[in-house]
Amino acid sequence: MFIQLPLLILLLPLLGFILLIFFGKKLPRNGDWLASGLILLAFVFSLFLLVAKITSHSAEVFSSSFVWVVVGSLNIEFGMMIDNLSVIMLVVVTLVSTLVHLFSIGYMKDDVRYSRYYAYLGLFSFSMLGIVITNNLLLMYVFWELVGISSYLLIGHWYEKKSASNAASKAFIVNRIGDFGMFIGIMILFVSFSTFAFESIFESIAAGQLPFESTGWLTAAGILIFCGAVGKSAQFPLHVWLPDAMEGPTPVSALIHAATMVAAGVYLVARIFPMLTADALLIIAYIGAITALIAATIAITQFDIKKVLAYSTISQLGYMIMALGVGAYTAGFMHLVTHAAFKAGLFLGAGSVIYAMHKVLHARNDHHTDAQDIRNMGGLKSKMPYTYWTFLIFTLAISGIPLTSGFLSKDEILAGTLAFSTLNGHWLLPLIGFVVAGLTAFYMFRLLILTFHGKPSDQSTIAGIKESPLVMTIPLMVLAALSLFFFYSYNPFGATSGWFFAAVERPLSIVPELLQPASAALFYEAVSSVHTTAMILSIIIAVGGVVMALSVYQWKKISAEKMAEKAGILYRGASNKWYCDEIYDRTFVAGTFLLTRVMRWFDENIVDGIVNGAAVVTREFSRISKWTDDNVVDGLVNATANSADRAGSLLSKVQSGKVQTYLVYVIFSFLVLFILFIRI
Amino acid sequence: MEYSIMEWLSDPGLVHFLIVSAMLFSLGLMAVLSQRNVIMVLMGVELILNSANINFIAFSRFTELSLDGHMIALFVIIIAAAEAAVALAIVLNVYNRFKTINLDEISTMKG
Repeated sequence: MFIQLPLLILLLPLLGFILLIFFGKKLPRNGDWLASGLILLAFVFSLFLLVAKITSHSAEVFSSSFVWVVVGSLNIEFGMMIDNLSVIMLVVVTLVSTLVHLFSIGYMKDDVRYSRYYAYLGLFSFSMLGIVITNNLLLMYVFWELVGISSYLLIGHWYEKKSASNAASKAFIVNRIGDFGMFIGIMILFVSFSTFAFESIFESIAAGQLPFESTGWLTAAGILIFCGAVGKSAQFPLHVWLPDAMEGPTPVSALIHAATMVAAGVYLVARIFPMLTADALLIIAYIGAITALIAATIAITQFDIKKVLAYSTISQLGYMIMALGVGAYTAGFMHLVTHAAFKAGLFLGAGSVIYAMHKVLHARNDHHTDAQDIRNMGGLKSKMPYTYWTFLIFTLAISGIPLTSGFLSKDEILAGTLAFSTLNGHWLLPLIGFVVAGLTAFYMFRLLILTFHGKPSDQSTIAGIKESPLVMTIPLMVLAALSLFFFYSYNPFGATSGWFFAAVERPLSIVPELLQPASAALFYEAVSSVHTTAMILSIIIAVGGVVMALSVYQWKKISAEKMAEKAGILYRGASNKWYCDEIYDRTFVAGTFLLTRVMRWFDENIVDGIVNGAAVVTREFSRISKWTDDNVVDGLVNATANSADRAGSLLSKVQSGKVQTYLVYVIFSFLVLFILFIRI
Repeated sequence: MEYSIMEWLSDPGLVHFLIVSAMLFSLGLMAVLSQRNVIMVLMGVELILNSANINFIAFSRFTELSLDGHMIALFVIIIAAAEAAVALAIVLNVYNRFKTINLDEISTMKG
């Protein structure tokens, strides 16, 4: 059951994709019911699998594989591995996907490529589920690229818009950079161990084998595979694609760019966690921390509702990566799950707002006002009650306010970073963690207040706003329910006692002892000693952030403009996204263009020079040849012809046309011959 | 041995006939080559033919070739008659085409 059912879950969305891509337009309602039904079925199976796995087979790992490709002595296996990590991810992916399918029925209504949209959603779900259940790195890489391409297709869904097609290309190319590193990492492991399977690789390392007999290479392999996660999970310095990816339809942003695909990087790190050395983990932790801080500061300054959420996603992904890096494995993965619920909710809520705004603007034939700019919103609270209240719950959850799921996971992460710093003195990590927690609460409430509270800038727009249809609000309510604490732990102030912590245990490190991070026992001891401190601190900071946001935007005690002015260079930097895109433009993009110009110069001058030189030589040769032909050969031929001609015209004088003259010649010749013969 | 001209003249032999024949031939040849009138040329041809005939007859008479020469001479006379008919027909056609029978003016085959 634990093998067949995941396979079935994997194939259901693929079936949907195949049916819709070929027959989508012929099906009634363009086949949205088919895609939604199939993914719903997959969700039901996943849920069943989760319950069965957690309740009765929690400690077991089911795996199965068959030989897929045989090349010489190389066997590539197609295999599955079902453990608690994968079943939880199965439920997360299928649940969010189902809700997004439902939501899209409302949001994407009357879209030109409606059936194609659902087909791509199916392709994405299939690929994502593939990442989740695979048991080897190569297959994961295959599915990794498949989610990449479906992400590309969905970001560029409205490809008539130049910005959308650019964003799609950018997402794809930036991801490729990370995937390149990941592929090198996979190849290092494969060359050393001749296998792609996680289990076999871990076994070999545990048995004391190292890639190229060196611990340095083991660290390098871990970091290189992590590069894939840097790309997919939009970690610094490859985070630039995610904000641009918001050009895609909002439900897509919810599914791919908030809940599932971007979490694949976190899932990958969790999968290879046992083989990561302490050095690799430290780098991972710092990358996560830097990402979290940078993205949070940018999020404060943005005005596009989706951009704020995008930077918030990057920031939260940084949190997860940081958690895994410091060894708070369970907390990091739990944050992935809770974040998937409330961030998907936030995006769908934003989608609901954009949908309502767009409808009003469209009815007024207003194409200049930006339907996504929060400065054009305000006061939507009473117009869109369902959206507002669910949005509030999501905001509380992401801000880490107690009684929400976000509080549980974030609290554990912060405690983890604090424990990490007590163990080996990296105090910057918990500091960044707490600062980002405060910033998160601040920018999320800023977004909430500017969108739903206060007075709208343009009363006439807001007056026409209507609540979105049920098909869009029901997913919001489901996700809002899932953002509360009791789904994850009965104790609202401690996740460790819940089923989640029991089900997902930090795996044992299998790297040589000298390179191991602090052991799980040591780490959890440190966590429990700082947990209360961390919890109190995180509540104070989160509430502080909320109060700050309220006093700036709700009560207007502090002027936002003055704050921005005081922050000076910091504000300018953050509002310009720390100039990351500009720096990349100046260095990598300009560098590439420079390289192409150099290449072009080389091509035009050196290569073309050689070719042209050869052509000139050939031409000169042919000129000489022509001269010889014209003068020598033709001369000879003409001379022959001329001499024949001259001889002919000379002899033709003999031919007078007069019969009697001829006769004279005949007779004289005869006489000559006669005399000659007689002489002889 | 002395052989006076009178003796030679009074005793006709092969050489006499050959001389006559040669004279006829030369006259005919002269006519063929120098006359501009096609009719005159034809007449020259007849002379040549007859000079040949005389040769045939003479050789037939003075050598051991029996009557073959006579036979050929008769053939030549018949053929000469036919030839004259054909040649006159050609001349008539030439005249119809060129409106002249002057050989100097009929020189379209000039090289």
